[in-house]
Formats: sequence, C-alpha cells, structure tokens
Amino acid sequence: MKNKLESIQERGIKEIRSASDLKELESLRVKYLGKKGELTQILRGMGKLNAEERPVIGELGNKVRERITQELNKSKELLEAKDLEKKLEEETIDVTMPGKKSPLGSIHPLRQSVENLEEIFISMGFKVVEGPEIETVENNFDALNAPKNHPSRDLSDTFYITDDLVLRTQTSPVQIRVMKDNKPPIRIISPGRCFRNDTPDATHSPMFHQLEGLVIDKNITLGDLKGTLEIFAKSFFGSHTQTKFRPHHFPFTEPSAEMDITCFKCGGIGCSMCKGSGWIELLGAGMVHPNVLEYCGIDSEKYSGFAFGMGIDRITMAKHDIDDIRLFFENDQRFLQQFR
Amino acid sequence: MLGPKKWLEKYVELNINAYELRDRMTMSGSNVEDIRNLSKKFEGVVVGRVEKIEPHGNADKLVVVTVNIGKKNLQIVTGATNFKENDYLPVAIEGARIAEDLIIEKGELRGKISEGMMCSHDELGISKSLIPENMKEGLWILEGNFDPGMPFEEALELNDDILEFEITPNRPDCLNMIGLAREISATLKTDLHYPEIKLQEVKDKTHEEISIRIDDPKGCHRYIGRVLKGVKVHPSPDWLQVLLMKAGIRPINNIVDATNYVMLEYGQPLHAFDLGKIPSKKIVIKKADGIGTFKTLDGVERKLQQETTLITDGNETLAIAGVMGGLDSEVDENTVDILLESANFDAARIRETSKNLGLRTEASSRYEKGVDKEVALTAINRVSQLIQNLTDCEVLAGVVDQYPIPFKESNIDLRVVRINQLLGTKFTSSEIEEILKSLEIKVINKGEILTVTAPSFRGDLVKEVDYIEEVARIFGYDRIPSTMPEATITVGGINLSAKVESLLKTALKAQGLHEVLTYSFVSPKSVSKISIPKDSPLQDTILLKNPLGEETSAMRTTLLPSMLDVLERNYKKGNAKMKAFEIGRTFWKNQQEKMPMEKSKLVIGAYGEEEDFYSIKGNIEEMLSGLKINKLSYVKEPYHSTFHPGRCANIYSNGELLGTFGEVHPIVSGNYGIEVRTYLAELDFEVILEQGDLNKKYQPLPKYPSILRDIAIVVPDHIQIAEIEKVFESYLEGILESFQLFDVYQGDQITKGFKSIAYSLVYRDFNKTLKEKEVNKIHEQVLKDLEEKVGASLR
Repeated sequence: MKNKLESIQERGIKEIRSASDLKELESLRVKYLGKKGELTQILRGMGKLNAEERPVIGELGNKVRERITQELNKSKELLEAKDLEKKLEEETIDVTMPGKKSPLGSIHPLRQSVENLEEIFISMGFKVVEGPEIETVENNFDALNAPKNHPSRDLSDTFYITDDLVLRTQTSPVQIRVMKDNKPPIRIISPGRCFRNDTPDATHSPMFHQLEGLVIDKNITLGDLKGTLEIFAKSFFGSHTQTKFRPHHFPFTEPSAEMDITCFKCGGIGCSMCKGSGWIELLGAGMVHPNVLEYCGIDSEKYSGFAFGMGIDRITMAKHDIDDIRLFFENDQRFLQQFR
Repeated sequence: MLGPKKWLEKYVELNINAYELRDRMTMSGSNVEDIRNLSKKFEGVVVGRVEKIEPHGNADKLVVVTVNIGKKNLQIVTGATNFKENDYLPVAIEGARIAEDLIIEKGELRGKISEGMMCSHDELGISKSLIPENMKEGLWILEGNFDPGMPFEEALELNDDILEFEITPNRPDCLNMIGLAREISATLKTDLHYPEIKLQEVKDKTHEEISIRIDDPKGCHRYIGRVLKGVKVHPSPDWLQVLLMKAGIRPINNIVDATNYVMLEYGQPLHAFDLGKIPSKKIVIKKADGIGTFKTLDGVERKLQQETTLITDGNETLAIAGVMGGLDSEVDENTVDILLESANFDAARIRETSKNLGLRTEASSRYEKGVDKEVALTAINRVSQLIQNLTDCEVLAGVVDQYPIPFKESNIDLRVVRINQLLGTKFTSSEIEEILKSLEIKVINKGEILTVTAPSFRGDLVKEVDYIEEVARIFGYDRIPSTMPEATITVGGINLSAKVESLLKTALKAQGLHEVLTYSFVSPKSVSKISIPKDSPLQDTILLKNPLGEETSAMRTTLLPSMLDVLERNYKKGNAKMKAFEIGRTFWKNQQEKMPMEKSKLVIGAYGEEEDFYSIKGNIEEMLSGLKINKLSYVKEPYHSTFHPGRCANIYSNGELLGTFGEVHPIVSGNYGIEVRTYLAELDFEVILEQGDLNKKYQPLPKYPSILRDIAIVVPDHIQIAEIEKVFESYLEGILESFQLFDVYQGDQITKGFKSIAYSLVYRDFNKTLKEKEVNKIHEQVLKDLEEKVGASLR
C-alpha cells in the first residue's frame, strides 16, 4: 500500500506539472483527489489494514494528499498567470491612436494679459476698477489738463457721440472718476477698451486696450513711481528685465516719463523687434499734475501721486510674436486655439 | 526735427559721437528716434570740372565730356544736358560704388570709351523731395569752385550724422538748431555760442520806405519788416543747399533759402516779398472778410475763410499769415528789392487756418505750436545779414516793428523742500540753481526758496511742477533712486463683478468655448440683419458723429450680431466648428442723464456637428451651476424673430429673466451666409450677478444607502418635460432625492401621438436606511400623480 501511495504521488506530481491548461489540471484533481479519485480509493481501503499499519499509512496518505494539493495549487497559479498574460497580450491596443477629448476652449490672449497684469498689481495692493467706454469730454480731456486745442481732441483722432461725449481715447478718465469719488490713499488699476479714429492696419485698430494705474497718497515721489514700475516690469517680463525712464510729456502728469524695458526678444543685444536699440518702449507715466488733483478736489499740497498707462495690445503682440493687431479682433478659431 | 550734427556744432561743443549724443539727449528728454545721413553710402565719387564738351558723332543724344578730376582728365559719355564747360560736379570714377551697390566700370557707349559717370542727386541717394527744381532731371551742378579730385562728400560735408529728434508738443522751442543746442549744452554741460550778428546798414531807413499796420492784434502779435535793396536772386551756395537738405528742406533760391536757414536756426518763420510787387509800400494785417480766393506760392487757388489772418497791401492780399505767401508777390529771378517779414501769429488761429485750408507748411507747423515773440527781431537781423553776405545788397537802416502785445516776463517761487518731496531727492538750493541756470532760467536763490523767471522761449514753464520736471530731467531720471511708496497699506483685489466674470469664463473655457473680443460699435443695420423689428428698443442705437465707416457707426445694443459676425468669419474660412463667447457692454440712450447706460451682456454662439439646442442649454446650465444658479426655468419663446420659432427659449432664475437662447432662424443665419444650423444665447450679465451666489457651504454626505427605481411612462406628445419634472419636484421635500431623464422614444412601439419617457429616480432617507416598502408607497404615489397630471401610463 505504501508503495502504491508513493507511486501515486510520483505519478501525480509528474502529470500535474505537465498539465497545459486549467481544464486538464481540474481533471487531474478529480483523477487523484476526487471522490472516485485514486488516492481516495486507496484511503478507503485503509479499513482493511491492521491497527499498527493504519496510522502509518494514514499519515502517509495525508502527506500524499497534501503534496498533490500543493502541487495542484502551484500549477494552478502558474497556469492562471499564463492565462492572464495571454488575455492581456490579446488585449493589446494601438497606443498611438488619438485620445478621446472634451476639448478645452480658450481665454482671449488680450484678456490673459489683463489677468496677468492684474495679478501683479493686486499683489502690490492695487484694486481693479472699471470705467465706462462712453466718456464725457470733461473726464477724457478737460480734467486731464489737455489743452482746449490739443490735436487729440480733433474729429480725426477721437470718436464723438455729441459735443460732450466721446468714446474714451484712453483709460486715464478712470483716474478722474476714482479721484472724484474717493479720498486718498488711492491705489488702483483700470484695464479696458479705448477707441481712436484710426483705420485698421497691422499696427492700428480703432478699438484697443489700455491699463491705467494710479497711486495717490502723502509723500509719493518720482522715486516711488520708478520703484513700483521696476518691480512690475520684472514680475511681468522676467527678473532679468532692465528698465529705463526717459523724460517725456503728457498733459496730465508733471514730471512725465516713458519707461523702456530691455527687449524681451533679444535681451537687450538689439534685434528686429527693438530696431537694434535693445530697448522697447513700454509705458507712459508721471507724477499726477497738480491741476488734475485740484480738479478732482484733492489738495495737491497735501497729496501727491503717480499715474501710468500702457497699451495691452502692443504688449501682448510683443509677448506672443503677433505681427498684426487685427488678428485680435478677427477671432479666428485657429488663432484663438493657440492661446489655450 | 532733424538736427545735423555739424550744424549743431556751430553753437555748442560736442566732444562725443552721434550715438553717445543720442543716448544723452534721450535721457534728458529729447528722444532721438533715428540717426541717418543725407545721402546713401557711396565711395569713389570726386569733384570734377567739365573741361570740354564735344558731340559724340554716332549718337545725337550723347555728348563726350572731358572732365578734370585733379590728377588726370577722364573721358565720359553722357546723355545729360544741364551742364556746361567749367561746371563742377560729382564724378563717380572707375571702381566707385554708388546707389545701392552699383559699381562704376569703364565702358563703351556707341564706340566711345566712357571712364566714369557724372552723378545726379538721386544717384547719390538723396531723397527726391529735397532735390532743387532745376536739377530734378539732370546732374548735380555745384555752385562753387572746388579742387578737382577732392572727395565729393568732403567737399560738401555730406559725412554728417543727422539726428532725428522727437520733440514733444510742450517744447516748440526745440524745433530749431539753437533750441536743440541749448538742450545739448544743458545736458552735456558745455558752452553755448549764439551767432554773431553784424549788419552794414545804409543811410536810407526802412520806415521811410514802408509802413506796417496791424488791424488784427488777436491774430498777429508782432510784425517786423525790413527792406533790402539790390538783391540778386540765384541758387544758394552749395554749403547752404546741403545744410537745408540735411534738415529736410528743398533749396529754392538764395533769398528763400536764407529765410529757411534762419527759420531752422532760430525757429522764427520768415517771409520775403518782392517789394517791387507791392506798389502801395504798405503792409496791413487784417482778418479775411470771408469773400474771395487767393493764389498761394504753390499756384493753388485757395478759398479764404473768416477768422483767417491775411497780410495785405491795404487792398490786395499778399499772404495767408503764417501759412503761405502769395504767387503775385513771390520773389523771382527779376526781383531787386525785398521786404522781409518776421512776425508772430496766434497759434490757435494758424492751426485753424491750416486745418481749414488743408495746408501745413514749415511755417504753419511752427506757429501752431508757438513761436517765441522775442526772437523775431534777432531773426530778421540775422537773415538780413545772411542775404547781405550772399548777394551783396543794401540793408536799409532799422526795422518797422509793430508789437501791440509785448512779451512779459513772469516769476514764480520754487520751494526746495517741495522739489525734494516730489522727486524723492536731497538737492540743495544751489544744485537746483545750477541746473535751472543751464537752461537760461533766471534764478534768485533765497535759500529755501528760489525765485525763477522763465526765458521768453519757454512758454511751457508756468507752475512749480514744470520747473521740478526741469530739475529732474537735467539731473537725470536714471540717477533718482528707486523706492517703494511708504504709503498706507492698501488691500488689492478685484470686485464681485470681476470675480463672477472670471468664474463664468473659466466654466465656458472648460466646456470648449473660445473667448472672443469684438468691436463695441457695429453697423446700425446689424439689428435689422438679425430680424429685429424696426420698433424694437434695440434699434435705438447711439450713433457716432464721425465714424470710420457705416460698419462701425453705432454703439451696439446687443452682442448677437457681433457674435454672428465671428461665426460667419470662421465659417467662411472653412473652420468646421466654432463655439465662442464674449462678455461685453451694450449701450443705451438715457433720457434723464447725460451719460448713456452701459449694460454688460454675455453672448454665446456656436455651429458645428456636435452642437444642438441642448448642447447650448447644457453649457449655460453648467456655467451657471458654478454660481449656484441651479433653479432655472425655461419658457418656449416663439416670437423672438432672430431665432427658430420652435427652438428658442427664455431662461428664468427665480422668476428673473436671464436671457434668451436657441437655434438661429435660417433667414438670419442666411443673412450671414452661414449654411449650417447655428446657435446663439444672450444673457444679461447683471441679472447673473444678482442671482449668483459665491458662498459655498458644505452639505453633509449621506450615510445611508439609496434605492434606485427606473420608470418608463407613456405620455401624450404635447406634454413637455418640464410638466413631468414639476411632478417629481413636488416630491423632493420627501424621500425622493433626485430624478434623471435617460430616454425619450417615439416610434413603432408607441401609439401615434404619444411618446415614451424614461427616468431614473433615486430615493433616500438622510436619517435611516430606507425600506422597500416605504419606497414602494411613495413611488406608487408618484406614478399616480403622473397619471393624473400629465396623463401618463406605465409602459
């Protein structure tokens, strides 16, 4: 009997190891361990054994069962792994096929610039305010100290609705609105649409965008103007950006300046964008003219301040290498999509 | 303003090159935009003297010229005709490089050797607008005598950097060489030399020869006349011609050139009349009476308007003051005696006149910016001296100077403390004094206060800040330390409306919409183009007085046409789909107030295979859900003529109309040439702002399981989903947690006139696990209600 058991074990293991699939394995399990299986059959005959032999054969029988079960499990694991591998193999797909998308839209590049500019100034304590697109001649010109005969007031420059109402030619009238309605300290920026009587071409548009800034408080200096705008330029164009302040003239600021920054295309070496100078004109600025402060009811002896304004379209064009301002207002999907 | 470096050097020492000068001047406020040269680069061009001109023999139109170029004579064949023996002219010798890399080689013309080329202005790269009339079609003939063989650019000082200054409107005093030299002198801290004026007057006096009367003192502030006799009119010497060309002015003749030279030097426009053509010997300055025309120097008959100041001889008009002289009193080659005019005309008057005439001249553009009243006398003496030198004429003694409203100096006190306060500097009073004096400002230094007087040419210096700017710019903005405002801390940020706008935009972008920006002005016809009836308030647009064109002449009352324009453009460019939005303003007349109303609207537009009514609806709902505007109701809108009458709805939130959306009426999309189904929505941004809620409060998540029940019911066709959902909604207070439509079916399986609708209902009790029995009870009730209210039967 002992020999029989041992030969079952030997044969069983051999057969199990050579099983090629789970089905064959199952039939082997039945063959050896099933109710009518070989091992079961033998163990059933144990009753015929004497008391001495019985525990010995019993123990051996259990060992053989254990061994075969162990072998079955091992093979099962192997075969299952093989099966899974095969299945996965069969499920191979073409990973280069296109993805399933729910396509992203886009924010207009000009509005993205506005958002970036706003972020920087908000971090410096500026509030964002807005003003109307239709403005009074008073706010757009008179209050800003523009001489009565200033050419910018001409019909060839400004869109008029009535003799007293214009489409604002700059965001500066928002300064007037804010100063009339608020007491210092004032620290605002105001982005928005502006209009000038220009026939559209690659660099002109009858509608364009500006961002205005205004700071009014006690003891505000020209040095503060420089410091604030230098920080702005570095945050917007990168920390390597250099600035240059040149004296200029605007009716509503005195002293007035234009700020140039090192060309962001060539870094100041000189290229086609900066016409070889290494510098790009970025914005106009200056100390708010006392006439303007007084006009708005702010004591120019007690308070001083600075204002600045920049063309958003131009900055955006430069930043993205856009060579035609009209692209902004044509709204071709193929253009917009590039700014996702 | 063009400033030739060599001309400027007559008045101020310049020990730096043009590029350094550009940088220094730019930093003190005279921005230099460009540095250029009168001629294009050329090599190998020398002065030649014409020795002999002989016929060619083989060609009628050619001559053979012997030209002396110093070391030798050259034989040159030419077709030019405007020269004679002993003329001096530029000669490009063999190997010379002229006009855009043209290399001159020895050649043969009809059998005769030609060893070089005699050049015109144009061939040396001089702009056509600067070439004197008599040499436009021919060679550049020099007036003077030179050593043959001398390099041409040396002979005429052509190697001169010309700086193009951007002069701001407040500084008309810099529109001349002396003005620029003054700025240079202050910037570089070098000495300034004014020209020395010495006149040799004869005994006869100007005032005995002519009389001057100003009848229009508002238009004419000063008028000086001086008489010169026995002038000879001919071309100017080469140096004068070249200087004028460098400054951008075409040489005419010695008299006119002298007046232009002094205008460029001092900024004082000058005019010369042929005195022989003014028999009355009288000058009367008066306003035009509004009748008649006048032929100006350029031969154009000009219509005179009232409010034009005229120079007359008492009867006949001689010149339009400050703009242009007349043809009839023009100096010509027969002129012997001249009357010089150095006058000061009112800036506004000249600007108006020049605008009305559509005629802008060197003189008018200076007058309209403002000319120094005090310089008139210096300038007339200077030009008299120059003409005397050029033509050896008699200068009559004295001038006639009518000066009804003389210039008055005014002074003002500057506070040292104020200057430093505004600039963030620590200047002492003597530092400030030094800077101001370098600009010819008179200063009395009283320590804490400086009493200053501006020179007559600085009309822009009025207020204390004007002087503060002078201090800052001459000191150098770049040397003023940068600081941060030590002001009160302020909190930055955007307002609620901007926050809401930003949320809406982010939601739309995430759903695949592109933000567009369109003009605030449209064609007034655009409202009709979207089929809006004539009597609609949308038609009552605000119109521009001076639009660029009809297409941009009305302020928009709706964003729909703008969006359709965008869709049209994309469609016509072949873009298969487009889905876009814009948040922009509309403009409305306002009866009570002067200011029109501006209302923000949100517009959405789309076309493309994936789009339909419900995709737009879904976009709107998703967008609004971010603002917690969830309880929306829709009412079919069959009357909005922009839209498909069966596919348009008004959206309401809490009874407030948010806007309208739907499929565009085929006639309207046809008006835009769009041949596919197109969708639009326009929502009122202000109502969204009102209805929106940015507060987000946490709702606890359910702890107990839900029970899901699907139902399929059959209802009559006319029943709208909203009616069915109204039934479900009434159960939301109870254990019905949510309901979701998942199928609508009409077809073979369903009786005609009915439709099958399937919903998933989710039941949940927030406080305990629901039992089937409880759900069954409510579910049956729901079905019963559906049967009663919308005639539903279970499928």
